[in-house]
Amino acid sequence: MLTYSVKRLFGVIPVLLIVSLLVFLLMQAAPGDPVSMLVSDEATTEDRERIAAAWGLDQPASVQYLNFLTNAASGDLGTSFRYREPVMDLVLARLPASIELALYATLLAISIGIPLGVLAAAKPNSIFDTVGSIGGFFGISMPNFWLGILMILIFAGHLNLLPSGGREPWGMDLPRLSGFLTLDAVLQGRWDALWQALRHLALPAIVLGTAMTGIIMQITRASMLENLGEDYVMTARAKGLSNRVVLWRHAFRNALVSVITIIGLEFGALISGAIIVETVFSWPGIGLLLIQGITFRDFPLITGLVLIYTTIFVMMNVLIDILYTIVDPRIRMR
Amino acid sequence: MTVCDRNIANVAATGTLLSVSGLRVSFPGTDTPAVRDVSLRVGRGEVVALVGESGSGKSVTVKALMRLIEFGGGRVTAGRAWLSDGQGGRIDLFAQSEAAMQQIRGNRIAMIFQEPMTSLNPVLTVGFQLREAVQRHQNVARSEADRICLEALKQVRLSEPERRLRQYPHELSGGMRQRLMIAMALACKPDLLIADEPTTALDVTVQAEILALLKMIQRETGMAILFITHDMGVVAEIADRVQVMLRGEVIEDGLVHAVFAAPRHAYTRALLDAAPKLGNAPPATPRPVTDATPALSVQNLIVRYPLSGGVFGRVRANVHAVEDVSFDVAHGETLALVGESGCGKSSLAKAILRLYEPAEGRILLNGEDILGFDHARMMLARRGIQMIFQDPYASLNPRKCVADIIAEPLEIHRTGGRTEIAARVATLIERVGLPASAAHCFPHEFSGGQRQRVCIARALALNPSVIIADEPVSALDVSIQAQILDLIEEVQEEFNVAILFISHDMAVVEKVADRIAVMYQGELIEIGPRDAMLRMPAHPYTKRLLDAVPIAHPDQRRDRQLTAREISSPIRAVGAESAAFTMTEIAPGHFLRCSRDM
Repeated sequence: MLTYSVKRLFGVIPVLLIVSLLVFLLMQAAPGDPVSMLVSDEATTEDRERIAAAWGLDQPASVQYLNFLTNAASGDLGTSFRYREPVMDLVLARLPASIELALYATLLAISIGIPLGVLAAAKPNSIFDTVGSIGGFFGISMPNFWLGILMILIFAGHLNLLPSGGREPWGMDLPRLSGFLTLDAVLQGRWDALWQALRHLALPAIVLGTAMTGIIMQITRASMLENLGEDYVMTARAKGLSNRVVLWRHAFRNALVSVITIIGLEFGALISGAIIVETVFSWPGIGLLLIQGITFRDFPLITGLVLIYTTIFVMMNVLIDILYTIVDPRIRMR
Repeated sequence: MTVCDRNIANVAATGTLLSVSGLRVSFPGTDTPAVRDVSLRVGRGEVVALVGESGSGKSVTVKALMRLIEFGGGRVTAGRAWLSDGQGGRIDLFAQSEAAMQQIRGNRIAMIFQEPMTSLNPVLTVGFQLREAVQRHQNVARSEADRICLEALKQVRLSEPERRLRQYPHELSGGMRQRLMIAMALACKPDLLIADEPTTALDVTVQAEILALLKMIQRETGMAILFITHDMGVVAEIADRVQVMLRGEVIEDGLVHAVFAAPRHAYTRALLDAAPKLGNAPPATPRPVTDATPALSVQNLIVRYPLSGGVFGRVRANVHAVEDVSFDVAHGETLALVGESGCGKSSLAKAILRLYEPAEGRILLNGEDILGFDHARMMLARRGIQMIFQDPYASLNPRKCVADIIAEPLEIHRTGGRTEIAARVATLIERVGLPASAAHCFPHEFSGGQRQRVCIARALALNPSVIIADEPVSALDVSIQAQILDLIEEVQEEFNVAILFISHDMAVVEKVADRIAVMYQGELIEIGPRDAMLRMPAHPYTKRLLDAVPIAHPDQRRDRQLTAREISSPIRAVGAESAAFTMTEIAPGHFLRCSRDM
């Protein structure tokens, strides 16, 4: 299993190389001169050349790319044009917020989607199944910016129950340890801060998790139905096992492989897909950072962020592959 | 007193265990019930065979008894099933709640299924699945449950029982899995074991082992067995009493000797006649010896599958699938290739079709070595070599009509214009005994036998010189088998095609083969004329293979000894040489592999 994991990790390198090249080329092809973003409108040609040289923008594209690669390998993704700070620092400061949001959304989707899917498969075509499937369909189809605005209107506006944006109220000075607010609050025993962090998480996590809930439910249902028709389920029933044991211990263990795949892919998609939700809820994550980067044509920031997104996505896939081997012993053999 | 007589005496002494009357099972959406008015009686300690072809309702009947049919959408709409509780009382299985049924399933009535490969949960260990059955019905601690499991594994004579408990199903062979299923069923010492075609998916040698095991355990424990099968040979081997089902009704019920000696119903007679019997074929008409080039000649063929491992995926070892195999098949001749699963039959077929490149050797099609052919020449050569597959349900494209399916090889090889192809297709459809109207039907509209006819027509379309038939009748009912075998023989004569007939069923082989080749662990161990091979097999494995074939007569029942045998692994290190050996001619045309003993 260790060899398998190591092998999967090695497989990540070419993917990252190709993506970095693609992003770099895309930035080169994009209209507009990055230097103009760095200088004021009244800058002279000499000023422009000086600044271009300082940022390395006067070099040929191939040299720029190689510099970028060698720096990236040592964890330096360049300096943001706009913030004049290392991209890595900017990203690391905001990444925990995005991951925390995605984690809670996923947790929500799993804890609702899986039981609903299993129960729907246990009684196919029952009222419960029909209602669940229609609900899941709505969840998948609802555009999340619209759902987000609706939620803000209802829960933050009319009912005034939950905050409409941000991660924490003003003045809640919680020292950062991990960057995950809920974890930091628990670690320091700050229950008031935990409550505030959860209140702020509630709406964006629900909005972000809604589509995933529907997808997980549908996949769980389909995969369970397929497995419930298998011979070994008949064997389990013939042993006199109760319906609950047959469902969860036998069929669900097998259905888990496809469910894990979807959870992993969706989690990766959540982090990048959170761009819209982060904007709606002014959530200080990397999605918001990317939007700002694009608006200001902050090339190093965009390149760095895309690389970070890719890394997260690819690593999620590796994680899924490794999880497979735990769930399904047959995969260990290959 | 024979075992059988003793069992009948037992029935008289201890009475009925299960008696079913007037059982009717319906599935929603269909008008006719799947089974109707079925009556069954199983005495304590009795072995009852429920016989019928596919679709006769035998599986539905037993699943209804276990009340498992409800999970597949079926419903018991009439009837009673009285299960004796052993103390004079009895309960009606059809009147029990689901909770009460769960206490009966696996505890008083256990069940084993046809497909050992899929009947065990692939993600749970063997030990877990066994223990689960024990702990469900017996209030015992884990260590005691483990002891019971181990004992059950020993009872089914599974080697290394302690290690098995920690293994996963995929690490075991089909025969081992079926033993495991039996162990699981036995663990709670049920009164009745329902065995739904438990040996159908197994090799004939393994089938013999499992039947012997079931008989022995039945004798040891005194449990009753309700044995479902379509194979009259198996019935003769194991049953005390026989019930024959046809289209959802029981049409014959009697003691096994009586039914075999004087079947009352015409269908039972037909079933008995259709059951292929070894030693029944007329003596072969000697084929004229010709010096003509054989249609297919395989010379020193070696097929290996690399196994790679480690971070860099280097080839660590090879699976030696086919080891130095040579044989010829003449035009118009049928060479039967027999051997159990995993012996390399299919690898050999794949290599001959060049679906997998062999490591070494030559394959001569009409004298030309096709292994050296480039893509274009191979394309041409492929016309000469066609295939009929085992599963007629999976080998026809469900979205194409029969005419298109048969025309496809003709179109791929651009053999003529549209009208020519249409005419050829029409002739072929007629030739394989299908009505002309079949041309525009889709595969799902046909039965298994009719589909196999379509497959034969497709294989014949290009007028090949060689057809490889991979178990072409093993998925079919016995009555249909005979028809398809006849058809294959007819078209062979007409088209003068050489047939490499891969099969594990010796009775079928006897019917079609001119010569027989036996493969064992990748090696060709014996090859010779049919009658010589069947009457005077020289190799111990050939003898064992022939001995394992069930004889469709209860008087010729054999008491088999259960001998555990070691299976050597076909995985060898890189660079390992094939074992050197020679084929010695022990009689005219009858060769035996020598040098390594078994």
